[in-house]
Amino acid sequence: MAAPLIALSGIERVFHLGDSEVHALRRLDLQIDAGEYVAVMGPSGSGKSTLLNLLGLLDRPNAGSYRLEGRDVTTLSAEEQARVRSERIGFVFQSFHLVPRLTAAENVALPMTLAGIAPAERAARVAQAMQDYGLADRANHRPDELSGGQRQRVAIARATIMRPAVILADEPTGNLDRATGDEVVRLLEGLNAQGVTLIVVTHDAALGGRARRRLMMEDGALKHDSAT
Amino acid sequence: MRAPDLLRFARDAATGNPLRTVLLVLAMAIGVAAVVVLTALGDGARRYVIDEFSSIGSNLVIVLPGRSQTGGFNPGNAITNTPRDLTVDDAEALLRAPAVKNVSPIAVGTSEISVGGRLREVMVAGTTAEYTQVRKLDMAQGRFLAAGDWRRGASEAVIGATVRNEMFGSEPALGRLVRVGDRRLRIVGVLAASGQGLGMNTDEIVFVPVALAQQMFNSNTLFRVLVEAKSREAIEPAKAQVTEIVKVRHDGEEDVTVITQDAVLATFDRLLGALTLGVAGIAAISLAVAGILVMNVMLVSVTQRTAEIGLLKALGATGGTIRAAFLTEAGMLSLAGALFGYALGHAGAALIRHLYPAFPAWPPAWAVIAGLGTALVTGLVFGVLPARRAARLDPVQALSKR
Ligand SMILES: Nc1ncnc2c1ncn2[C@@H]1O[C@H](COP(=O)(O)OP(=O)(O)OP(=O)(O)O)[C@@H](O)[C@H]1O
Ligand SMILES: [Mg+2]
Repeated sequence: MAAPLIALSGIERVFHLGDSEVHALRRLDLQIDAGEYVAVMGPSGSGKSTLLNLLGLLDRPNAGSYRLEGRDVTTLSAEEQARVRSERIGFVFQSFHLVPRLTAAENVALPMTLAGIAPAERAARVAQAMQDYGLADRANHRPDELSGGQRQRVAIARATIMRPAVILADEPTGNLDRATGDEVVRLLEGLNAQGVTLIVVTHDAALGGRARRRLMMEDGALKHDSAT
Repeated sequence: MRAPDLLRFARDAATGNPLRTVLLVLAMAIGVAAVVVLTALGDGARRYVIDEFSSIGSNLVIVLPGRSQTGGFNPGNAITNTPRDLTVDDAEALLRAPAVKNVSPIAVGTSEISVGGRLREVMVAGTTAEYTQVRKLDMAQGRFLAAGDWRRGASEAVIGATVRNEMFGSEPALGRLVRVGDRRLRIVGVLAASGQGLGMNTDEIVFVPVALAQQMFNSNTLFRVLVEAKSREAIEPAKAQVTEIVKVRHDGEEDVTVITQDAVLATFDRLLGALTLGVAGIAAISLAVAGILVMNVMLVSVTQRTAEIGLLKALGATGGTIRAAFLTEAGMLSLAGALFGYALGHAGAALIRHLYPAFPAWPPAWAVIAGLGTALVTGLVFGVLPARRAARLDPVQALSKR
């Protein structure tokens, strides 16, 4: 059988606050296969965001190993990690994180621009994405001219434009009302249906319940995994 | 990131905060404009002085009666404390010097010129036919004083352009009889207007034969003897020979001062060149200040855009890309400031030239290049620290910041 998409073993993440130590993650072991739909839940401060940041290579563990697609990524240089983020990982944030001075289309194109993809290909892929996400008539609007739901759709279009293997979403519906939130969730689930691995951090039990696999975290450790 | 994308990204970031950008560009522009205008003034002064001197004539050696004080104590001077006259005979003797091409004695005094009821006080210069060659003067009308024996002069005069205009207006001047002091002289020529000549403006002078002038002013001594050396290389030999000839004629006493135009020019050139360099340096300080401003503004910008930097990292930007983006922005702002300042400085210099047409206020090329270069380099150098800070931001913390 092929190696799992994500394999964490013995992951520790310790923050130092003055003299005290905060163990955000303790001896975490976790495997996620390609194409899974995983919800990460748990009380505030239980380490959900820390886990997601580690999975997205925005943060490094103090101990343990992380293999992504069979490759140990914890030992990679910063440049190599940036490349992995660019090509394999898409982020969706609670507060959207769109660049305010850029138009919707430019925000969607940003990962390709950073990766140095040729303008012609960029334009074609952005046009297709704007079509797919129902944003075609909003392409030249700036983020402050868009509704919350539209902003998150732009963010999701941006997260998928490089065709990543995994999408990491930290409370993607946290800033949206229920109706728009559901719309965004259906969009993400649609991507998962096409084969993209989806990992969503959420406080919302209803949202978490939709995932095929649910992880419950508490005090930096995995308390319950619906797959075991 | 591709270069055009990098440029567009930096441009959008710069124009995203117009007030900040305008202030920065202005600060840089003022620095560069200061360099351009101040060096234009300094170099203009240098050129003005040199032009003035050059208009006296080229390869010139000037003999003045009296020993210059810089010569130190001279026992000869102590006994005869009034220097010997510098005479027309002395001047004529200088023609024997092998390095000398031309000699023109000058005696000066003031007198009145009158014609047809019009009266004016003028400077009268007694000289010889060689004067126009030594001083490279052009005639507007007629001819200069006739050549011939320096000790006898015809009753003729040559007038400058201003004198001509004031005494004759629109009437013809050539061939008219005028009264200068107690003499009646015929106008044989009018000099072309020059408007230049350090200390002596030929436009306002009446030239008469030197013998006539000495009789009019009842004096034997000359004001100056202008000596033209055969070439540039002959200036120093001419100076030595002239000094020696006069010394022999004055019983071994060195009681004249011989100066060369070259030496005077070189001194002024050095002095004013140093002055220009000095003001350029002072102006460059304002560029350094602008550079520090660039750094501070960029640092503030990094802080304001922390979340954006975190996002760029999450989207796969390397530290190098982020560094390049911020450096490009700093460089772009500096370049815009430098170009704007360059235009501003040239406009300032043009305004000075417009207000004072005689003053050649052109900024020297080296100063313009140095000014633009310094602006760019300071902008980039002071942009490095903010760019590095941006590149080193921890993405998790940057993203959590609102
Ligand atoms: N940079 C940091 N420095 C110090 N402590 C940190 C840092 N980041 C996180 N922590 C601590 O690590 C623990 C886990 O934080 P984390 O953000 O992962 O929680 P979370 O499960 O995402 O909570 P929430 O549901 O409120 O978002 C918390 O106790 C938090 O205070
Ligand atoms: Mg969190």
